[in-house]
Amino acid sequence: MNYVKNVFGLMFQVEQVKLLDRYTNKKPAAGTLYLTATHLIYVETLADVRKETWILHHHIATVEKLPLTTTGCPLLIHCKNFRVVHFIIPRERDCQDVYVSLLKLSQPAKPEELYAFVYNPKQNKADRGVSWSTIDLKVDYQRMGLPNDYWEITDLNKSYEICSTYPSELAVPKTASKTTIVGSSKFRSRGRFPVLSYFYKENNAAICRCSQPLSGFTARCVEDEQMLQAIGDANPGSPFMYVVDTRPKLNAMANRAAGKGYENEDNYSNIHFQFVGIENIHVMRNSLQKLMEVCEMKSPSMSDFLTGLENSGWLRHIKAVMDAGVFLAKAVAEEKASVLVHCSDGWDRTAQVCSLASLLLDPYYRTIRGFMVLIEKEWISMGHKFSQRCGQLEGDPKEVSPVFTQFIECLWQLMEQFPCAFQFNERFLLEVHDHVYSCQFGNFIGNCQKEREDLKLHERTYSVWPFLLEKTMQYLNPVYRGSSAFGVLQPNTLPFNFKFWCAMYNCFDKGMHPKQSILDHMLALISQKSDGKGKVIELQNKIGGGCGALTKEASNLSDAQNSLSLSTPNIPLDCAGEPEVSLTNGTAGMKEELSSDRSREQKESKIEAHNSFSNGETPVPVVSKSIAQAEGVSVVSSTAAADE
Amino acid sequence: MEFAELIKTPRVDNVVLHRPFMPRVEGTLCLTGHHLILSSRQDSKEELWLLHSNIDSIEKRFVGSLGTVIVKCKDLRIIQLDIPGMEECLNIASSIEALSTLDSVTLMYPFFYRPMFEVIEDGWNTFLPEQSFKQIESLTDEWRLSYVNKDFSVCPSYPPVLAVPKSIDDETIRKVATFRHAGRFPVLSYYHKKNGMVMMRSGQPLTGSNGRRCKEDEKLINATLRAGKRGYIIDTRSSNMAQQAKARGGGIEVEAHYPQWRRIHKTIERSNILQESLIKLVEACNDQSHNMDRWLSKLEASNWLTNIKEILTTACLAAQCIDREGASVLVHGTEGTDSTLQVTSLAQIILDPTSRTIRGFESLVEREWLQAGHPFQQRCSQSAYSNSKPKWEAPVFLLFLDCVWQILRQFPCSFQFNEHFLILLFEHAYASQFGTFLGNNAFERGKLKLPQKTVSLWSWVNRPQETERFLNPLFEANSLVIWPSVSPQSLLLWEGVFLRWNRSSKCLDEAYEEMIHIIEHNKELQSKVNTLRRQLAELETEDVQLETP
Repeated sequence: MNYVKNVFGLMFQVEQVKLLDRYTNKKPAAGTLYLTATHLIYVETLADVRKETWILHHHIATVEKLPLTTTGCPLLIHCKNFRVVHFIIPRERDCQDVYVSLLKLSQPAKPEELYAFVYNPKQNKADRGVSWSTIDLKVDYQRMGLPNDYWEITDLNKSYEICSTYPSELAVPKTASKTTIVGSSKFRSRGRFPVLSYFYKENNAAICRCSQPLSGFTARCVEDEQMLQAIGDANPGSPFMYVVDTRPKLNAMANRAAGKGYENEDNYSNIHFQFVGIENIHVMRNSLQKLMEVCEMKSPSMSDFLTGLENSGWLRHIKAVMDAGVFLAKAVAEEKASVLVHCSDGWDRTAQVCSLASLLLDPYYRTIRGFMVLIEKEWISMGHKFSQRCGQLEGDPKEVSPVFTQFIECLWQLMEQFPCAFQFNERFLLEVHDHVYSCQFGNFIGNCQKEREDLKLHERTYSVWPFLLEKTMQYLNPVYRGSSAFGVLQPNTLPFNFKFWCAMYNCFDKGMHPKQSILDHMLALISQKSDGKGKVIELQNKIGGGCGALTKEASNLSDAQNSLSLSTPNIPLDCAGEPEVSLTNGTAGMKEELSSDRSREQKESKIEAHNSFSNGETPVPVVSKSIAQAEGVSVVSSTAAADE
Repeated sequence: MEFAELIKTPRVDNVVLHRPFMPRVEGTLCLTGHHLILSSRQDSKEELWLLHSNIDSIEKRFVGSLGTVIVKCKDLRIIQLDIPGMEECLNIASSIEALSTLDSVTLMYPFFYRPMFEVIEDGWNTFLPEQSFKQIESLTDEWRLSYVNKDFSVCPSYPPVLAVPKSIDDETIRKVATFRHAGRFPVLSYYHKKNGMVMMRSGQPLTGSNGRRCKEDEKLINATLRAGKRGYIIDTRSSNMAQQAKARGGGIEVEAHYPQWRRIHKTIERSNILQESLIKLVEACNDQSHNMDRWLSKLEASNWLTNIKEILTTACLAAQCIDREGASVLVHGTEGTDSTLQVTSLAQIILDPTSRTIRGFESLVEREWLQAGHPFQQRCSQSAYSNSKPKWEAPVFLLFLDCVWQILRQFPCSFQFNEHFLILLFEHAYASQFGTFLGNNAFERGKLKLPQKTVSLWSWVNRPQETERFLNPLFEANSLVIWPSVSPQSLLLWEGVFLRWNRSSKCLDEAYEEMIHIIEHNKELQSKVNTLRRQLAELETEDVQLETP
């Protein structure tokens, strides 16, 4: 364990700890539990088989000490990436120590104690700067065609005075004066006045977002009315605009009593007001809790599972978010109408719905880079409270809610319906989801841009995007047909289209997943293809160079190669509109200990997949020496047999 | 010709046809003895040819003189015909009704169908029992073929040729047959060549309430055990159900009389309950007005996936006993013609790589379903839209196909065939131009002279140009046992069958095509690399030859 000590500073270790298997009654493994400053590491030692489980402290959602049993003191750990581990620690005192330490380590009191502030991929300062400029939102506004006759970028909020949770640069209608903007912001909850989310340049319709108006029962605000008028005027092709309140009507009405509420159609010219009924963060948190209980049931019957799934309400909520996104996309693309979206504060449901609609409308956001832009724009920059929603720091547990998780799931549901429309695959979604919680990178720390600036994240932490772009090959969708193949996506939202996402919520229960992965198979073919192309050229050069006299054959061969390159289906890599950034992140100097839990898990599962390809049957533990050496730790995996 | 009497109005003009995901077609509706045909009489438009035997039920509605006939098919498709004129509409409806419920098997389309292709390999002779036994014979001499049932007198639902333990003579078998339900004495279903263990199947023992025993039966099944080894009897009924069967003359193998065997009870539902389950599932899938909660609760209430889970679990258990425990297995339920066959055939999918190839799967269906006497005629005469109370109907075979699909989904690279092949078998089991699934057992098929009078499905499928469509591009022969997961999270609704007509599969089909394209292209590339390598090697030897003289 010298290795662990050196890298992280081992805090303490407990011997003879048992790790219970979640589903079967197999004899529990025994091993040693290590706590470092950043990870909980469990090393299982069974004869010559060595298996390691690494859990990042920030991934830990809850730690429970269960009643003492004859074998020891059980410790149950739930992770934010849906891993569940159940330890039995022989001595109660040790268990208490681990328990107390984990409580502290998983939710530090101060942001500076988060992993990102110590994570160091051995880059110099310049590289760090470059890493943060990978995604530039200005470029995306340009891509949408801004500024133009109707919209402009304003820096009115540069010192965060008008709205503390908005970014410094915002797109607003050209005709909206400063007075209008400031006035409107005073009439909106937390000053979140209407700004542009997405401009659909095909027909000038726009998606805008804001928070609820402070209308109470009767209040009105001339500037706010002017603001909406300005948004409507910016889309001369449509005689009206939609105002979509994403809350259930009852919730919105209740808010009126607190001096908030929703727009009165009579006070605004030419608006169509609409509720779409997505529940609030508390309902969503409880729903996920119930879903987790379903996922953790020990050998449930089919009825238990389906009834539990229904009672959790989870898929009903996913459908509600999807329906709202579809409504927006249809309004913009088909009715050519602009839409203003809000919920209460305009940073949860509004972010879900606006980003989903953008993704349905614009193929760019379905590329790897485009998706990063979308998250930066609609979530990070517009002030989705990642820190609170993900429970990164000690704080009010009622602020925690799986809002972003739901958005990621909506994408997965779309990918199931449109398997060729996305440049990335399911693994990419899972990896992004992991990093939202890992706090390994600075992107998702803090609740808004101002907070992030105050924390000087750009100088003290690294950006996750270059790290992910570096691994693009793993995240490609082999059957992606390019950004021009699909225009606006029109998903079918009948209930039977929504499926339980096993790879997310039972991610670590490998026994439940297909034992052979089509994705792995196809990705292997894709890399074989580029190898093959190289070989063709290499061989051709040898033939051509070595024997000049045999021109006839050589030309035959080049014909063969020409015809080959014509029929080559290329995986389209869309980088349109984005400046290429040289990536220096995570090359030779980056070792396994620096990547997240999930990528470790993936490496293991790759071995497993390989194993099950050649050996789909017997669960023989495989020690992969070369990988072990490359990663500096010994990685051992064993395939799980069928769970029943 | 009887058909003419049934067809009151042979053709109607200006009929409008509505089909899922297709533009409406206006044209002429014709009724023939076996088909409902709608033709727009324009070359560019597709025609509809629907076998009457594919029609499960019809409904008629009238708005003024415009009649509408809704045709619900056994493949779960629903089409609508708008027919002008009340009389025409009523005539068409009653004709369809009569033609789709013909009593006599010999009036069915397979007896009239003449293939438009040359039969190169007659499917009726492709999978003869003697042939499949040859392979087992090469591995062990403990089994022999018995012709004791050659005139179907011992067991009417068994084929004339059966594999039995070598040490058991035909006389003993006759006695055993009297002790087993409908004469279905234990026969060899599968020989696991890895360890020589076997799977047998039979009908329930007829112990009755006074605990009758049969020494010959005990002798027969003990003859399949190795010295000192134990075997497992997997009873597909719950312990309660099996006990209750005693009162009706059935029963269980009592441990006292079969000390070397351990009996395990599993619960696979009986046919009438399965039929109800199918009806409920299809109803849930077709109702688009459901909200999420209602959909999930209806899906749950249908119990379809519960049945899938139970069947797969039992098959895994049988496979586990054979492969992991190194024990032989006898499987039976009551008759041994339904749940028994689901278990024995799925266990082979798990254990035997051959059964995961196209030919091997056809052979499996032939051996474990057709020859084994699954009553296809009775089970598949009605599907999910049947209005009448089910008598014999049950989706036993469809459940089997669904289970295979579940395993295929979990092991997408281990099957030579794709989902389309399974869907094809589902369709043809319910309505077909081929004779393969007619009749209830070998005896009936013989009486009907099916091999002489009809074409076999296998004759058609095994033509290379047809087979191609059913090949799985991801297939890489995997010679090992494949253990599927049966946790609820791992079992999905088979969209290819149950949502086929309810949502467009265009995007999914495109993804499949794209996948084939990539794989094909990769093969092309590899072969080009190989060609170039060869040419380079040739050039190099030529160079050497040029230099040396």
